[in-house]
Amino acid sequence: MAVETPKRYIGKPVKRKEDLRFITGKGLYVDDIHLPGMHYAAFLRASYAHARIKSIDTSKAEKIPGVVGVFTGEYFRDKVAPLGTAWALTNADLKPVTWPVVAYDKVRFTGDIVAVVVAKDPYIAYDALDAIEVEYEQLPTVVDPEEAVKPGAPQLHDEAPNNIAFTWRFQGGESFEDLERKADFVIRKRLINQRLIPSAMEPRAAVAAYNPGTEELTVWVTSQNPHVHRLIMAGSLGIPEHRIRVIAPDVGGGFGSKIQVYPGEVIVSRLAMDLGVPVKWVETRRENFIGTIHGRDHIDDVEIAATNDGRILGLRVKTLANMGAYLTTAAPGVPTILFGLMLQGPYKIAGVDVEVKGVLTNTTPVDAYRGAGRPEATYILERAMDLVALRLGMDPADVRRVNLLDKAPATTVTGLIYDSGEYKKVFEKALEIAEYKKWREIQEKARKEGRLIGIGISSYIEMCGLAPSRIARATGFGLGLWESVLIRVHPTGKVSVYVGSHPHGQGEETSFAQIVADELGVSIDDVEIVHGDTDETPFGMGTYGSRTTPVGGGALALAARRIKRKARKIAAALLEAREEDIVEGEGKFWVKGSPDKAVTFQDVALAAYTADKLPDDVEPGLEATVFYDPENFVFPYGTHVCIVEIDPETFKPKILRYVAVDDAGVIINPLLAEGQVHGGVVQGLAQALFEEAVFDERGNLLTAGFNDYMIPTALDVPNIESYFEQTPSPHNPLGAKGIGETGTIASTPAVVNAIIDALAHLGVDHIDMPLTPFKIWKALKGKK
Amino acid sequence: MYPPEFKVLVPSSLEEALKLLKEHGDNAKILAGGHSLIPMMRLRLVKPEVVIYLGKVPGLRYIRENGSTIKIGAMTTHGEIESSSLLAEKNPLLQETASKIGDLQVRNMGTIGGSIAHADPAADYPAALTALEATVVLKSLDGEREVKVDEFIQGPYFTDARPDELLVEVRVPSLSGRFGTAYEKLYFRATDFAIVGVAAYVEVDGGAFSRVRVGLTGVGDKPVRARQVEEELVGREASEASIEKAADLASEGLEPPSDVRASSEYRKKMAEVLTKRALTRALSKAKGG
Repeated sequence: MAVETPKRYIGKPVKRKEDLRFITGKGLYVDDIHLPGMHYAAFLRASYAHARIKSIDTSKAEKIPGVVGVFTGEYFRDKVAPLGTAWALTNADLKPVTWPVVAYDKVRFTGDIVAVVVAKDPYIAYDALDAIEVEYEQLPTVVDPEEAVKPGAPQLHDEAPNNIAFTWRFQGGESFEDLERKADFVIRKRLINQRLIPSAMEPRAAVAAYNPGTEELTVWVTSQNPHVHRLIMAGSLGIPEHRIRVIAPDVGGGFGSKIQVYPGEVIVSRLAMDLGVPVKWVETRRENFIGTIHGRDHIDDVEIAATNDGRILGLRVKTLANMGAYLTTAAPGVPTILFGLMLQGPYKIAGVDVEVKGVLTNTTPVDAYRGAGRPEATYILERAMDLVALRLGMDPADVRRVNLLDKAPATTVTGLIYDSGEYKKVFEKALEIAEYKKWREIQEKARKEGRLIGIGISSYIEMCGLAPSRIARATGFGLGLWESVLIRVHPTGKVSVYVGSHPHGQGEETSFAQIVADELGVSIDDVEIVHGDTDETPFGMGTYGSRTTPVGGGALALAARRIKRKARKIAAALLEAREEDIVEGEGKFWVKGSPDKAVTFQDVALAAYTADKLPDDVEPGLEATVFYDPENFVFPYGTHVCIVEIDPETFKPKILRYVAVDDAGVIINPLLAEGQVHGGVVQGLAQALFEEAVFDERGNLLTAGFNDYMIPTALDVPNIESYFEQTPSPHNPLGAKGIGETGTIASTPAVVNAIIDALAHLGVDHIDMPLTPFKIWKALKGKK
Repeated sequence: MYPPEFKVLVPSSLEEALKLLKEHGDNAKILAGGHSLIPMMRLRLVKPEVVIYLGKVPGLRYIRENGSTIKIGAMTTHGEIESSSLLAEKNPLLQETASKIGDLQVRNMGTIGGSIAHADPAADYPAALTALEATVVLKSLDGEREVKVDEFIQGPYFTDARPDELLVEVRVPSLSGRFGTAYEKLYFRATDFAIVGVAAYVEVDGGAFSRVRVGLTGVGDKPVRARQVEEELVGREASEASIEKAADLASEGLEPPSDVRASSEYRKKMAEVLTKRALTRALSKAKGG
């Protein structure tokens, strides 16, 4: 039996263990890797978004002192397999579109690499890029997905006629036609979910070193999933997986953009093997804007069938998802599985009908970006709620009250089983904290004075803890979605934890240590979390889809409990007692009734290694490996409320209040959870108000730097009031859900709804994002 | 983000700096705070062979009053201008403008001379300097000359300075009497360049405007004065009603740029709104508010 002691760490605001090294500049990023004899690669990117390569003259570049070699697509063509997607969507007519690591016949977006320089110094490498002469034959360009699917549009890939990479259809519940007949009205609206640029603080980078003696390749790469990187790179490079070691050291943010295997890491690996020297490549910020994946970019034609009492019966959505020039690692699943299946949200919608065309254009590839599909679905639903309210003259809160599911468990028409939650209760709590009623009164009064105040609500539910492998596989995902962990207790009782998932800024070196310390009853200072090196850690799927705590943390809890069971057996042997008489607590074991004769966890650990007093059925050592595949996803949910005031002359919006109430199940560390909410809300409101990737019609990215691409600063962001409900998820040993993406999912529509609400009496029902002062002014022009 | 090779020269006197400038001329770029030059070099948009760093040249960093003029050394940072008590009292327009440039890091490093010489069409200072009818002093081995700011800035990133000339000083008036000033800057994201910036400087005498100056930035190739607004207001009753009427003239003749952020038409409209706001606030200060 275990004495019920209060948890020492779980649920406590433990400060991040990793912060000391980050704050004092002691982090180790890929660019900090320096190897003897290391050379530097630089990439010449395409001058046009769509062109045939006629010739490349590298002779001048090769003559520059310090240049070791210049390599074009012809060099790599037969040596390296092109990169494809790992999410082979089923029943979607997915076309086999692949991405050569260096272009050899034609370029399809301005991030395509046409030549690689390797030099002794990065400055020389970039000088040499200027000396390469490429002759192109320009081809017509298409950047708009609606144009791309028209007959006669420029074709990117022979394999994908009409530039359609896939067509995914899902219909769940009652048919839209039936619901349309039952409805009192149908609202039809086109909603644009604009393209965003993930902009991790650390750009992408890779260093490769090859040991010809052992025939082993070591690649340091900034990655959210080092094991997946190794697996895919083994295929592309054609070398055995066990001869590749991938190390993702400290990773400076990813937001989805470091899930993918890109040409860069494959190129430096191949060249390190061929040249016999370590080769490093670190992306410039401009390359990051152009060549690293983008996110979102939907045209959603939405039909909402609703009744006069505000009930939304059914939703039909036709989506053009701009995939960019190629299908990257996770890309096809994002605008389909992660989007379409979430279109019921936390509501009682009776039918969802969605068709998504993945369209190829001469733009940067689009893949997972924080939230990945779920923000797009939530945006549609939350705009729909407000559009119905506006149409009926109802309070948007009342429309949600009519439509909200009461609580979980609930099965959706899209086939999901929501795990746990009190949807209505959390909704009312958020409105109460935000003083919703009071703000409605203030708004009314302000309108009479010519002031523009708006209140926006967003109720979301998201599918995360991306897990059950059987479901992932059924959707065509290339791998299972379990997570793994190895806990190793050393003879002194210190604990090393090797995790397959790979945090890249989330703080799991702290939260995972909290879990292990509580489960084993040891001090958090005695637990280290090791991640990122495929030679040290068991296979893992990586960190994305808010899965690391529910899935990786779940594996951790199970492994720790396994160790605990063995420790009890050893303790019983040491105390010469029967196992069932052993009592444990606070890192000690004793025989019932004799707490003064306890053995400590350290005593047990040492005994496991001295091994002379072990029971017959107990092996020496004290470690456990667990591969954990949860039975279901987890479904965090919540309600956010945003209040804005718009300057009636400049139309600049200001957020007056932002309240977030989230239920992510059991919170391991409230400091980290709140940090995730803050960061997520900021990224979501950035989409609502600031960020947009803009291409000109020739495929040039006009917003290719932080000057033009507006990431908000601390001065642009309101105080964020974050509250948690904690309904445990029944689907994992910790009861935890994911919290990494909720903020991004919830906040975008909360902010947009607030602004539209402020303008509704002036005849505005929608403005496409980002809602800059200019866009608001433009929407109001000619009104009033 | 790797510039081509270049040489850095670090003169230790003004004379040495001018000699180096004469020697290298067009192949040289002056490095002051580095906030404009370094990013352009990293993107290889400018490729100077020689960079002359002014950080070790003594005597270019000062704010001092000389009769009715306040002289500011070219290497004076925005932060020093922002926190100058002399300017706060006798030229609060320049002080307020400096406080609205970029962010703290930019204000700690960026210099007034560097900013003006760079002549970004949306930079903040030119609005105030135009309204103040300020001048800059250009120096070369052949001597020095004083040029009005609105003549010095000739277009985007284009000035009247000869390759051998160094901008060494900025001169603004020391203001007194019943005056008020204000700088209104519209930005979408904090720390950015202005979408439109309007600087206003008014003097009031016996209930009427006796002097009105309005300078605008971000509305064209170079900073401009809203002369029609100025003419309309001088002699009129010093009231918000007068301003309300006159401010709409601020966009007359303007052809602001359109870009990914905003259209020309919006910028014109904002020129009017911000002119009204700047004048209103300036008037309130002139009246002792």
